[in-house]
Amino acid sequence: MSELETKIYQRANNHNIPALIRESLTDIWNSRFLSRQLAERDIKAQYRQSYLGIVWAFVSPLMTGAVWIFLNLSGTIQVSDTGIPYPVYAFSGTLIWSILTESINTPGNSTRGARGLISKINFPKEALVVSGIYKMFFNSFLKILMLVLFVFLFGVGFHWSILLLPVAILAALIMGTTIGLFITPISMLYSDVSRIIGMGLGFLMYITPVVYSIPGSGLMRVLMLYNPFTPLIVTTRDLLVGATPQFLTYFLIAFLVCIPLLFIGLVFYRISIPIIVERSN
Amino acid sequence: MQDKEILVKAEGLSKKFCKDLKTSLWYGVKDLIANLSSDDRKRTLRDKEFWAVKDINFELRRGECLGLIGHNGAGKSTLLKILNGLIKPDEGKVTIKGKVGALIELGAGFNPILSGRENIYNNGAVLGFSREEIREKIEDIIEFAELSEFIDMPVQNYSSGMKVRLGFAVAAQMQPDVLIIDEVLAVGDLGFVLKCFKTIDRILPNTAIVFVSHSMPMVSRICNQIILMDKGISKFQGKDVAGAIDLYYSQFVTNDSNLVFDDGSLELKEVKVNSMDPSHQIQVHWEDDFKIDLKFRLLNDIPVPDFFLIITDKEQRQVALLKNLNNTNINPSNGILNFSVLHKNIQLSKGIYSISITARSSINKEPIYRQNSIINFQLIHKDEVWEPFLLNSTFTDLSNP
Repeated sequence: MSELETKIYQRANNHNIPALIRESLTDIWNSRFLSRQLAERDIKAQYRQSYLGIVWAFVSPLMTGAVWIFLNLSGTIQVSDTGIPYPVYAFSGTLIWSILTESINTPGNSTRGARGLISKINFPKEALVVSGIYKMFFNSFLKILMLVLFVFLFGVGFHWSILLLPVAILAALIMGTTIGLFITPISMLYSDVSRIIGMGLGFLMYITPVVYSIPGSGLMRVLMLYNPFTPLIVTTRDLLVGATPQFLTYFLIAFLVCIPLLFIGLVFYRISIPIIVERSN
Repeated sequence: MQDKEILVKAEGLSKKFCKDLKTSLWYGVKDLIANLSSDDRKRTLRDKEFWAVKDINFELRRGECLGLIGHNGAGKSTLLKILNGLIKPDEGKVTIKGKVGALIELGAGFNPILSGRENIYNNGAVLGFSREEIREKIEDIIEFAELSEFIDMPVQNYSSGMKVRLGFAVAAQMQPDVLIIDEVLAVGDLGFVLKCFKTIDRILPNTAIVFVSHSMPMVSRICNQIILMDKGISKFQGKDVAGAIDLYYSQFVTNDSNLVFDDGSLELKEVKVNSMDPSHQIQVHWEDDFKIDLKFRLLNDIPVPDFFLIITDKEQRQVALLKNLNNTNINPSNGILNFSVLHKNIQLSKGIYSISITARSSINKEPIYRQNSIINFQLIHKDEVWEPFLLNSTFTDLSNP
C-alpha cells in the first residue's frame, strides 16, 4: 500500500510563511475543479433566475456615469477639462472603479456565501477566493467590452496601448483582491466592518479621479496624488484612450508591492478560517 | 486484526468555547492577531470561557468504528469538527492518516435553483471529486439515489427525503480511509436507512469510522468502541459497547416529573417501582416482575377514579398501557388511596422508560389528573434492539424434526 497522506491538527502556530504559501498554492491547484464548479454554479443560478441577467453586471456603474454626464452637460456641475470626451471619461472611470470595488468585496462575499459550507465540510478554502476571481473575470470581461465600445462610439479611436488594458485591469483585480483578503477575516466576525468598507469606498471614489480629473492645486489634489487607487484608475484610462500614462511609476510600484502582499493575504486568510468557523456560526 | 495501522490518533484534545457572543467575537479578533505573532504561551480559560471538549484521547485503527455518544451539548460535534480539521484544538493534537470523508452535512454545495444533475457536480466538487470521477460515477449516483425520473428538476422542488438521498448517493462514492459520520442517517425512510447501513458495512473493513448518534440501536449496530462524553470530558471509554449504552441511558434517569393536568382533587404522595422510590436509579432486568406502588391523597369527596399508567420511552413515544383489567376496587382509608400495579415478566427492550399516570372520573370518564414521568426506570438486557418490546420467543426448526 502506498504511503498515506498524514494530517496533523494542533494549536501550535505555523509561522513558516514560505511553507504556508506553498500549501496555499498547492490547495489552489488541487481545488481548481472545485473553484470553477462553484463559480459556474453561482453564475448559472444567478442568470437562471433573472431576465435581464448579464445587464446587472454593469448597469450600476453606467448609471453613476450617466448621472455625472447629465450633471456636466446641464451645467449643474462644471468639471475641469479632462482632455477626452467627458462621457468616455466618466464611463471609463465608473466602470474601472466598479471592477476595483468588486474585487475588494468579492473574497468577503464568497466566504460569507459559503458560511454553511466552511463550518461543515473541510475543503480548500482558497477555492472560494479563486471562484470569486472567476466570477470577477466574467463580470469584468463584459465591462471591458463596454469600455472598448465607448471608446469607438465617442470617436476616441483605436490606439495600440489598448492591448495593454487587460494588464491594467489585472492589476486592479490583484490590488482589490489583496485588500479584500485582509479585510475578510475581520468582516466575517463583525458585520460592521463590511458596512464601513462599503461606506468608505463610496467616499473614496470622490478623492479618486473617477468622474472628474485631478485639480491643479488645493487639498483635493494632495489627497488624489497620495491615493493609491489614483494611478490605477488613471493608468487604465490612459491606456484605453491612448494618452501618455502620467502615473506609470506609481502604478508599477503599487502593483509590485501588491504581489507579495497578495501571498501574505492568502496566508492570513488560510490561517484565519478555523477561527472564523469557531466563532461565527 | 491487531496489526492494522492506526489511522486516527487523538492526544489530549481540548477546545474551549465562550458563552457570550460579543466576548467571543472579540476573542476571535484577538486570536486573529495572535495568529500572526508568534505568541504560543499555554492557553488558559479567559473570562466567560469553558471547556467544550477536555482531554480526549483515543486511537482508531482501520476497520474499527468509534461511537461518540452523550447528551446534547456534551461536546460531540465540537470533537467531530476538530477531527475533521474545521477548527483547531486549543490543546492536544490529532494525527490522521489517509483520505478523510465526512458525512456531517449531506448535499453540501447544493444550489436550489439548479437541477439534481448539476448539483451532483457541485456536491461532488465540494467533497473533493474531480470532474472525470463524477462523470464516471454519475449514473451510479442517480441510480443509488433512486431519482432518475427527477434528476433534471431543480432541487428546490425536491422533498427533503429526496435531497438527503441525492446527497448520500454522492457521498457514498467516497472511498475514505477515515470516515466521520454525524447523525445524518436519522433521516430518510426505512428502506433508504437500510441501504445506508449496507454502504457503511461495505466501507467499514477498509476504514476507520467515527460515528456520532443519539440512536443507540445504530451505535450498537456499527460501533466496536465507545466514548461517552459528558460536559466535554470522557465519562467512559472502551470496547464494552452495551455497558456504555446502559451508562448513557442511566444519565437520562432524572426526577423532573411534570404535572400536566390537575383539577385539585388528587395529590400524588408516593410512587415506587419494585420498592424503590425515584431517588434511586431504578434498574429492572428483562423478564423481571415489575411492580409499581402508588399512594394518592383524595382532596375532594369524589368517587375513586380509574387509573391508567402509560409507559413512555426515551423518545417520548408511548409504548404500553397498564390498566385495571380485573376491575379491582380501590378503597380510600383516611383519604389515602394506596394500591399497587403488578406486571409480570416485563419484556420491554433495553432502554430508559418513564411512567406517566392519568386518572379519569369513574362516572363520566372526564380526565381529572395527569402527571408525566412520575418515575423513570432503566431496563437492562444485553441486546440493543430498535423495537420497544423484545418478546420471549422460541424458534423451532420444522424441516428436520
